[in-house]
Amino acid sequence: MEYFLQQTINGITLGAVYGLIAIGYTMVYGIVGMINFAHGEIYMIGAFIAVIAFTLLGMMGVTWVPAAVLIVLVTAMLFTAAYGWAVERIAYRPLRGSFRLAPLISAIGMSIFLQNYVQLLQGARVKSIQPIVTGAIPLIETGHFQVAVTYIQILIVTLTIALMISFSLLITRTRFGRAQRACEQDQTMAALLGIDVDRTISMTFMIGAILAAVAGVMVTLYYGVVDFFIGFQAGIKAFAAAVLGGIGSLPGAMLGGFLIGLVEAYWSAYFSIEYKDIATFSILILVLIFRPSGLLGRPDVEKV
Amino acid sequence: MNGVLLDVANLTMRFGGLTAIDDLSFSAQAGHITAIIGPNGAGKTTVFNCITGFYKPTLGRIALARDSATFDLAQMSGHKIASAAHVARTFQNIRLFPRMTVLENLIVAQHNKLMCASGYTIAGLFGLPSYRKAERNAVAKARGWLERIGLVDRADDEAGTLHYGAQRKLEIARALCTDPVLLCLDEPAAGLNARESAELNRLLLDIRATDGVSLLLIEHDMNVVMGISDHIVVLDYGKRIANGTPDAVRADPAVIRAYLGEPDAVESA
Repeated sequence: MEYFLQQTINGITLGAVYGLIAIGYTMVYGIVGMINFAHGEIYMIGAFIAVIAFTLLGMMGVTWVPAAVLIVLVTAMLFTAAYGWAVERIAYRPLRGSFRLAPLISAIGMSIFLQNYVQLLQGARVKSIQPIVTGAIPLIETGHFQVAVTYIQILIVTLTIALMISFSLLITRTRFGRAQRACEQDQTMAALLGIDVDRTISMTFMIGAILAAVAGVMVTLYYGVVDFFIGFQAGIKAFAAAVLGGIGSLPGAMLGGFLIGLVEAYWSAYFSIEYKDIATFSILILVLIFRPSGLLGRPDVEKV
Repeated sequence: MNGVLLDVANLTMRFGGLTAIDDLSFSAQAGHITAIIGPNGAGKTTVFNCITGFYKPTLGRIALARDSATFDLAQMSGHKIASAAHVARTFQNIRLFPRMTVLENLIVAQHNKLMCASGYTIAGLFGLPSYRKAERNAVAKARGWLERIGLVDRADDEAGTLHYGAQRKLEIARALCTDPVLLCLDEPAAGLNARESAELNRLLLDIRATDGVSLLLIEHDMNVVMGISDHIVVLDYGKRIANGTPDAVRADPAVIRAYLGEPDAVESA
């Protein structure tokens, strides 16, 4: 029972990270109808910026942890937003209106490019930082097992939930959110009402990138290690989360993220840790067979 | 409000070998309701698509004169035509945002004004009073339109759940929320019953009278066309075959020929 509780805490933390990345997939899919396979790489870049920024701050002698974390978060958000913007501008916008597979292939190319770019600049070796946010709150203590939630886990989950709430408000309550939903439903009509569709799409990519950057920073804090290949794994899992929740649906992406995180944690705990990815993707396959539109997705009804 | 608002000169649109519009010239007066009629395939919707930036015309000029400035619509992109030249349009098949509420549909149309008021996001982000005021005005304007088209009690329902006639009216109201000087209506009476189409007539006349918006209209329903137009342009095979007041057009032999065919052909058939 204690073990189960501990794994739930770990799973939710992991799920929060997947959820943040999944939002980027689902938003981009909603507005331009393509899977941005380079999104995982944006997350990876966010993690690298975190490592670099933490190291620099350490050298500069910024030791107060909340300030350091805040500075790193903002830096990573700014840089990844620029990357998100550039990726859309260079790899996708010229192909808009081309056949459906073109931007998809371009996305895969962009993903490979970014991986190699980081590998060349930063080297292929694993980078690590000292643990920055340390300490834990013990919840239950029995003789041989202690259930604890670490401060970093609390930080990840609260920050994620805060971001998800403010993001939902952004989409449902603001001018940008209205423009975003309008473009999602009918781009030509939105343009005729005076909405700059290109700008809205750019903003969508930047917001997705910002959320991925937060995920990247959090993972760096959580595990303390990054390498140029982490974007692929996390990206594909977050993509699975977006599909599981129903691609195009924002609450779906968040829910899917938490579910994938929990499944992974439980499977690693009770079965074999080597097979955790197989478990995750098996669930994805089952969902696709029995509920192709995902848990919260809205089925595409074709009018006959 | 007098003078020429829209001046289309020598407009030609070719799709490969097909000439959809052939050297078409006409103008629409400010404060008038101008109708474009013609048999199916005459090129009416293509004219609209050129005016609203969907197509780049092969040749010709589409000039819109507003506040002593002249915009060449043939050279502008879709959202600029809406936001700078203030031309709005509706479609033959309704294109509301079906999964946004009725009210949101009207507010999203005021995106530009809110955008300026928000100082491009900055003021909006911090909720400055000027932006809040602009947002209140936007909601008030939307409410005003809902009252005029009788949809106040449906304000928070998804637009896709409205019945057809109501969706039509909402689409017109949404187009007017962009503050256009010229509203292009593509078959607004299509699919409406007699009562609804009479209501539409009243709405359109009211729009011209109280909002000072000039209308350009494509329509097959002759009750609507003859009932409200000040001026009619008749197209056939992409060419203008007649041009004038409803009475003049009704009596024009070229128009009768285009709609009913040559007298000989009718007899032999």
